[in-house]
Order: sequence, then structure tokens, then C-alpha cells
Amino acid sequence: MTEIVPLADAVSSLIHDGDTVAMEGFTHLIPHAAGHAVIRAGLKDLTAVRMTPDLIYDQLIGMGCVRKLVFSWGGNPGVGSLHRFRDAVEKGWPRPLEIEERSHADLANAYVAGASGLPFSVIRGYVGSDLPAHNPIIKFITCPFTGEKLAASPAICPDIAVIHAQQADRKGNVMLWGISGVQKEVALASKTVLVTVEEVVDELEPRPGAVHLPHWVVSAVSPAPGGARPSYALGYYKRDNTFYEAWDGIARSRETFTAWMERHVLGTEDFAGYERSVAAAAVAEGARQA
Amino acid sequence: MTAAMTAPMTEQPFTADEMMTVAAARLIDNGTVCFVGIGLPSAAANLARATHAPDAVLIYESGTVGAKPAVLPLSIGDSELAETADFVVSTAEIFRYWLQGGRITVGFLGAAQIDRFGNINTTVIGDYAQPRTRLPGAGGAPEIAGLAGEVFVIMRQSKRGFVDKVEFVTSAGHLTGGDWRERSGLPGRGPSTVITDLGVLEPHPESRELVLTHTHPGVALDDVVAATGWPLKVADDLSVTPAPTAGELRALRGLHERTAAARALAG
Repeated sequence: MTEIVPLADAVSSLIHDGDTVAMEGFTHLIPHAAGHAVIRAGLKDLTAVRMTPDLIYDQLIGMGCVRKLVFSWGGNPGVGSLHRFRDAVEKGWPRPLEIEERSHADLANAYVAGASGLPFSVIRGYVGSDLPAHNPIIKFITCPFTGEKLAASPAICPDIAVIHAQQADRKGNVMLWGISGVQKEVALASKTVLVTVEEVVDELEPRPGAVHLPHWVVSAVSPAPGGARPSYALGYYKRDNTFYEAWDGIARSRETFTAWMERHVLGTEDFAGYERSVAAAAVAEGARQA
Repeated sequence: MTAAMTAPMTEQPFTADEMMTVAAARLIDNGTVCFVGIGLPSAAANLARATHAPDAVLIYESGTVGAKPAVLPLSIGDSELAETADFVVSTAEIFRYWLQGGRITVGFLGAAQIDRFGNINTTVIGDYAQPRTRLPGAGGAPEIAGLAGEVFVIMRQSKRGFVDKVEFVTSAGHLTGGDWRERSGLPGRGPSTVITDLGVLEPHPESRELVLTHTHPGVALDDVVAATGWPLKVADDLSVTPAPTAGELRALRGLHERTAAARALAG
């Protein structure tokens, strides 16, 4: 049976300095609470894998937790740049960031290969693109049956996958629904799996099209209600698009970013405390403007 | 939004962005299966669905197939897309079965930089290892550009964005021109139309160099030439894009108003 443990305990026992960590969730179900727990734990030298680094990795990169980033699209969706990611790549702040860059199709397929126990993935991709020239792990191979040239890249098998889901039961069986991204693939590709959930229920009620992860592939479940914010959990809360826009201003300078992280993440004990801190700041700001 | 343009007396004033979105929307046929990028492509595709193409199938790379958003999503995976989709599949499936499987008729992309052969750069400005400006990167675009039946690109036109040769080919259009596309073995036709706030460009049938085929109403040819980073060739039958109809403007403004109202409510 899978243990249901507080998030901070799960992070400190399952994630170690230097690990390859994949915290996934394609726009939906991004494990932000777990990202904060990694920052509070002071983990470092991580190889962080994620298709869309999003705000969660902008924070990890800006706080110096990441040595290498494996990714396929590093922007603030619909808003613009991830300023901490850019600062790390362009100026090496707060530390140089090694990057391994792929396309979405490649990275998704590399997780499929990992989940399938295969050493590499193969796609019809990158034709004419300059990316393979800058990323030597992308190779072109010849199909032994048709002679077609296809792109191959190594499977991704992280030390630990961290995902957010709507529900788990008390045995640690996990169910998630809506946009499922690569949640199933990253979990089955990884050696260890940590799932944060909106709620732990007595019994999961099966839903058509839902993704299930049985307790025997899940290492730990940690309750984290609201833990995907500012992304969303279908059926629980919507994406906080206003915060995604506000992040542009917060993360634009090193000083505002650092002050914000110290106040709201390092200065709080858990995600509930973080949310209270951000809400209190918003109220104070509203009063100041009124 | 850019300033209202001078339009013929009988028509409502409209902005350059509105003209661009309307011109792009008109290219989407009813029944088109369209792989839609976020931002300008998404606005145009949803305008098409709200006007002449109610049966266009919009697919977003978050795995939402047949999405029918009433308001424009900010991200590629807003709940509005999942809740209105015919069905939702995994990210791996959308790229494996639906795109690579050859089921997309139109890939609809935005870009930071495009060159005279329709190659797109969304990766870096400057050296790759020491970039002056690091852009978001590839996302789904290299394979959308390669594998969709054809590709529409929508972006505002400027000398910075329309360059002779992109510094980094993230997603190949017609690469070096001529018959590169056929020789590459790619199943898709590549970029067939580039829609901007000034006009429309299409690849020459042989050289595959982007050629100006339409200017939008009120736009001078010199302005388009000045906003292009290579000596822009002009089609023999250069014509003026028909101005947006009252119905198109009403639908587009309704979409933006609903989006703003929903955002204010969520606030």
C-alpha cells in the first residue's frame, strides 16, 4: 500500500540533490505546491525535465535549484517570456543553466519510450530544423523496412516524477481527468512517483476517459488542496490567468522575484500558508490603492 | 491595438489587427481540421468557427480535439478548451496519431521571426550558446510545420520579424526554396499563406520565396516593402483584401468582449 504523507516529508525523503526530476502537467494539474516544497527543502543541482517549464520551473531556476533543464517550450503561456529562465540562459543568473532542448513531439515520445521500457523513441520530426545540430542526442536513423530517415532520441527515465491529480483513495490509487498531458507517461517512465492530490477519498468513482495510476506504481501520495494553482484542476478550480499575467512583473527583475519568493514561499511553511500570504498582500495592495 | 485605418466610406472603421484576423479566418474552410497555435491563430480559427466555418475542427496541442471555446483561451490548455472539446487525448497521442498520423489538414502557427522562404525562428536571437534574446523554443511547431497538410502563419509585419534569413531555423518552411520540400520527403506542403497586419504573402510556385499577393485596405505597397527585411517581390495580380464585413467585425468584437468579460469576472 502506498503511503499518504505530508508533502514536505515526501519531498525530503524522495528527492535528493542532483536527481533528475520531472514535474509534469500540461497547462493543467501543474504541481506547484510540490515545486514550492522543493524550493523550501533547498534542493540543488537538479536536472529538471518538463515539456513547458511554466512558472513552476521559472521559480526553481530563479532560486538556483536547477543545474540542467530538459524542455520543449519555455514561455509564459499567452503572456510572454519566463524571465528567470531567460536570465539563467542569457546571463547565467543565479547560476549557469545547461539546457537540452527538444520539440513537444519528441519529448512526449521520449516519455512514451521510457514508460514502454525502450531505450529510445522514434518520430518523423525535426526535418530541416537547426535543433539537432545544437542537441547531439537527437540522431537521425534509417528505417530498416522502408529506408525512411527518422529522428531518434533517448528515452527519458527520471529518478522521480512529480504530478498533481484530482483524487487518490486511501490505498494510494490515483485518478485524474481532463487534459492529461504526459501524466501517465512520466509516472510510468520514472523510478519513483510522487503524486499530490486535491483530495483523498474513501472510494474512487471511475470516470470515462480518466487516467488511473494503481497504488503499486505510486511511491507516495500527498494531499495538496489547491496545489496546482495558478494552473488548474478540472472540477475543482479554474486557471488563474490573472496571476500568470502578474508573474510577468514579479519575475522581470531579480530583486522583485527574490523578494517575492522570500516573502511568500521561503517565508511560509506550506502551500496553504503561501496562499494566505499572497492573499494578504493582495488585500494590502488593494487598500493602498483605494 | 493599432490605430483605426482609413476605410472606404460605406464600411465601418476597423483596426489592422482586426483585418489580419479576419483575413486569416476566411482561409479556414468549413470542415477543416486545424491544429491551432495560441494567440493570433486561435483568435482567427475561432472567428472562422463563429462565422462561415461552424464545422471546422479545432485541435490544440494540449490534446483537446474539436474544442469550441466561447471565449479565447489565454493558454493552450485552459479548462474552456477541455470542457468544450469533443474529446481529450494525451499529449503523446495528439502528436503521434493525429499529427504524425496525417490527420491534420491545416497547421496554424504564429512566429517571432520568419524569412523569405517561410522558415520560422522561435528559439534564439544571436548565438545559440550565448543568445542575445532567448525565445520560448520549439513547442509543437517543427512537426506541425512539417506534417500538417499545409501551414498558415499569422504575425504582425516588421523588418525585425520578416528577415532575409532566420538566425535559427526552429521550424522549416521551404528551407532553401525550390523543391527542397519535395526532396525532404515531408508529407505536408509547408507554409502556403502568411497573413500579416499589412497584407498576405504566398510562396512563389517554383522558387517558394514569399511574394506579396494582397495588401489590406488602406495599406500602401511601400509600407509593406519597408516592413520586410528582404527585397519583397510583388505578385503580378496583386489585389486588395476585401474589408471586413459588418458580420465579421461583430463576431470578432463579440469574441473579444466575451473574453474580456470572462476575465474580469474571474479577476
